[in-house]
Amino acid sequence: MNAPEKKKLRVATCSLAGCFGCHMSLLDIDERILTLLEYVEFDRSPITDIKHCGKCDIGIIEGGLCNAENVHVLREFRENCSILIAMGACAVNGGLPAQRNSLSLPEILEEVYCSMANGIIPNDPELPLPLNKVHPIHEVVKVDYFIPGCPPSGDAIWKVLTDLLAGKQPELSHELLHYD
Amino acid sequence: MAKTFTIDGKVVPFEEGETIIQAARKAGVYIPHLCYHPEFKPHGSCKLCTVKVNGWQTASCTMRAGENMVVESNTDELNSERRTLTQMLFVEGNHFCPACERSGECKLQATAYDLGMMTPHFDHFFPNRAVDASHPDWMLDFNRCILCSLCVRASRDVDSKNVFALTERGIKTKLIVNSKSGKLGDTNFSVTDKAAQVCPVGVHIRKRRGFAVPIGERRYDKAPISDLSHEAAVEVK
Amino acid sequence: MSNNQSESVTDVVERVVAKHGRDATYMVQILREVQEVMDWISPEVMDELQAALGVPRTKIEGVAGFYSFFYLEPRGRYRVLFSDNITDRMLGNRVLLDRMCSNLWVEQGKLSEDGLVSVDTTSCTGFCDQGPAVLVNNVAITHLTDERIDQICDLIREQVPVVDWPTEFFEYQDNIRRKDLILNSNIAPGEAIRAARARAMAPSAMSLGRGDHARAEVESLRMRALSPVECMPATHENPGGSVTLISEMRRSNLRGRGGAGFITGLKWEACHNAPLKPGQQRFVVCNADEGEPGTFKDRILLNAYADLVFEGMTVAALAIGARRGFLYLRGEYRHMKDHLEAVLSRRREQNLLGENILGVQGSEFDIEIHLGAGAYVCGEESALIESLEGKRGTPRNRPPFPVTHGYLDQPTIVNNVETYASAALIMIMGGEAYSRLGTPKSAGTKIHSISGDCERPGIYEYPFGVSIAEMLEDCGARNVQAVQIGGPSGVLLAPSEFDRRVGFEDVPTAGAFMVFNNGRDMFEVAKNFTHFFQHESCGFCTPCRVGTSLLTNLMDKLDSGHGSPYDFNEIEKMNQLLLSMSHCGLGRTACNPVLHTIAKFRHVFDKRLMSDDFVPAFDLDKALAVARQMTGRDDEGAHLKTMVSFGEH
Repeated sequence: MNAPEKKKLRVATCSLAGCFGCHMSLLDIDERILTLLEYVEFDRSPITDIKHCGKCDIGIIEGGLCNAENVHVLREFRENCSILIAMGACAVNGGLPAQRNSLSLPEILEEVYCSMANGIIPNDPELPLPLNKVHPIHEVVKVDYFIPGCPPSGDAIWKVLTDLLAGKQPELSHELLHYD
Repeated sequence: MAKTFTIDGKVVPFEEGETIIQAARKAGVYIPHLCYHPEFKPHGSCKLCTVKVNGWQTASCTMRAGENMVVESNTDELNSERRTLTQMLFVEGNHFCPACERSGECKLQATAYDLGMMTPHFDHFFPNRAVDASHPDWMLDFNRCILCSLCVRASRDVDSKNVFALTERGIKTKLIVNSKSGKLGDTNFSVTDKAAQVCPVGVHIRKRRGFAVPIGERRYDKAPISDLSHEAAVEVK
Repeated sequence: MSNNQSESVTDVVERVVAKHGRDATYMVQILREVQEVMDWISPEVMDELQAALGVPRTKIEGVAGFYSFFYLEPRGRYRVLFSDNITDRMLGNRVLLDRMCSNLWVEQGKLSEDGLVSVDTTSCTGFCDQGPAVLVNNVAITHLTDERIDQICDLIREQVPVVDWPTEFFEYQDNIRRKDLILNSNIAPGEAIRAARARAMAPSAMSLGRGDHARAEVESLRMRALSPVECMPATHENPGGSVTLISEMRRSNLRGRGGAGFITGLKWEACHNAPLKPGQQRFVVCNADEGEPGTFKDRILLNAYADLVFEGMTVAALAIGARRGFLYLRGEYRHMKDHLEAVLSRRREQNLLGENILGVQGSEFDIEIHLGAGAYVCGEESALIESLEGKRGTPRNRPPFPVTHGYLDQPTIVNNVETYASAALIMIMGGEAYSRLGTPKSAGTKIHSISGDCERPGIYEYPFGVSIAEMLEDCGARNVQAVQIGGPSGVLLAPSEFDRRVGFEDVPTAGAFMVFNNGRDMFEVAKNFTHFFQHESCGFCTPCRVGTSLLTNLMDKLDSGHGSPYDFNEIEKMNQLLLSMSHCGLGRTACNPVLHTIAKFRHVFDKRLMSDDFVPAFDLDKALAVARQMTGRDDEGAHLKTMVSFGEH
């Protein structure tokens, strides 16, 4: 790790159509987070509670795209982050939320709101509209790096981040690379 | 003196009639493959085992070894193209590893790990394929089918049952079973069939026995697929 | 071709299966003939076939599912297929298709509600010089106009059987515009066979060089060692005869006319020399699966020069020692089958086919016509053989090659229609004389199918070496922007290259020549060809099966204005992969149209690059349309832009 001492890299993270499991995994780097904080500072992230992403060196996205809001947030990240990383199965290939893709959206909405809840499909403008299908993030913006896994282990996330901080192409060994 | 050829500079002996991949395996050289299985007539369709023979690319499972052939296999160029093939297979079907009973035992997954596939890269096709759970003991999850035809060959050549076949063509090519209803439960398929033991991915699933081996102890958790010690292991689920 | 109500499913299947000797090797023929009566391969048909043939249902379903012209779902009593080559598009086929669909109240690709009719597109049907064209229940109708479309709709609505439609509908032209060696030939039936016999009977020394002579002697010994049944009957009197004929072919330097240009004499020699196991024999196959879009010269050869083609096949049989031959006729040319069967019958009566040909005891050869069922890939010789064997048309792993392991694993030559026509003439004129035609590496003449933007589309025969410019001049092409030679898998030439010449040295071609004037959008051409390859990919190998779909998606993405330099790199990458990893030529050439268009007409792509940044392939706002409809929302938050400008990063 030979990142410049003076200026810390600014990192933003968020979870779109995900379960925050990847963020939990990020915390699994345990005490190494203190080392990490010597080199980076967090912008928007569940850690900081900043609501919008500012100019950053690295953006880390958990989760895929299941609704309009996910798309807006992803684009905000892409616009502001020099490097964008897809973290975890959902961001990489749609993951669990994408398992709804074999069903049509009307089927899903009617089942969830009408059949199961005896209600009506909500039309509140505050609620983001769902997309027809769930998409991994690389289908909507250019993504620079990917960390597969459901979730990726803390060690895998640590390895990718430290590789990047060292200016290397991130690589995961057999022990660290998995899709489940 | 046995006849020999070289793979990536290593001298490999072969017997007349052997394919490149057969000779390579005996010599302890791993060549990635998915539709190849040592017990069956080679199919040559997945193209993962493509190598360069004297500069020309060809599938090593169907090309016979020849005296003094110069074979390249473990090169950045070939591995990059093989990685692209695995990416194609991942986006063509629905491969959701976290929920797959065969995760950790799956050759597609293990091969993709070995080739360093970090992302499926292409836009997903998200095809709509039904699961066939009609058989009392067996399930077919077509979402994971890579059309290797191993179960087709096993059922035809070993079980003499012809339970499986491929139909349609192009991107619509799909696996079907031999019954009017199209359901496995209406065929003479049996869990003891050879066809039940050869799926490299997670199409063929024994019911009520998912996730039997804990994560960390599954076949390809322990060693990468390129470690040929797997080759000796008996293919049993 | 309409459902004969008096015959039950069982009767139909039994009749057809019995006709083909209950042999599942005839699966494609059986399915085709059953469907011609039943209109589709229903589950009941499948039941009956399974019982009658004693094969697994999967085998029947696997084969039926492979070919475009077999229907596993009802497609109506009238099945209209619009030829959808780029030349048909240029002649306005889409407008006519829409007209027919709205006239008949049917959606493209779907069966009409009354179950009467379906309307869809199909790959090029070989009438590019007289399009737009359709196939209605296997019969071709060309020169379509609004008026004719409306007439067809009326006939369908009134349920008039296709056989009773006005005969002028089914008239089509040969449009032969320039004749040379082949098209000028006017040989009497049997002339080439007699000439070949004479050559085979001639003293070896007279026609062979020293090396060949020595080889002939070895050959003579080898032939004597074989049992009489395995020898070519015609060569009983002169065991070196085969070698003489093959030498003549080699002297001619004739190269295969299907595109690859393999030396015909070498192919015949390899097949002739291939060892036979007990009970095996050699086969002659004529590849009339003329599926390369823009090619229709074989249609003319089979229509007007069928004797010459069959003569060539018979000569080949004489040379390699074969008793059986097949003409593999593409399904789209079903309408020529009766004519060809009539020619074969006449030739049998004339003692030019069958037993004791031209009175020579034991000289035996006959030809069967096998029909394809809508699969371009069957033009590849090993896929064609698979299809002949009643299987899915998947190209085989090679080696071994068909010359040693072909039809039913026995030595087989597969040659193009035009190759056999040329071979017949070579027997008459001699290889030496033939080799002087054309250019040093491309002997003889080549027949071209010219279509697209020109005054006189049709058939043109030239000696090899003719320049593109000369051909354009002859066919009356003006303001030419580009010529696609050899079909989608061939090459695209820009005006700066029109001085190039046809031949294996420069511009090889299987015979398609499509002209595009300055008014045409070359992107549309490339996109059409890309869709063609995707539709025709057999699906056997991963790179072609998935790659042609990815490529099609990329082209559609560019077409919808969502392209960026990122997609350009993807196309380049896809091309490299298909070239190096594909199982057969289809995959290896599938990227050609796009690559050639990028190389020579870059501006048509640039015009479609709307953004420097990555753009999604799908329309994001459209992806919210269903949700908008379900919620009744139309506020700002209920919309997304597909393209956004990110400024710089």
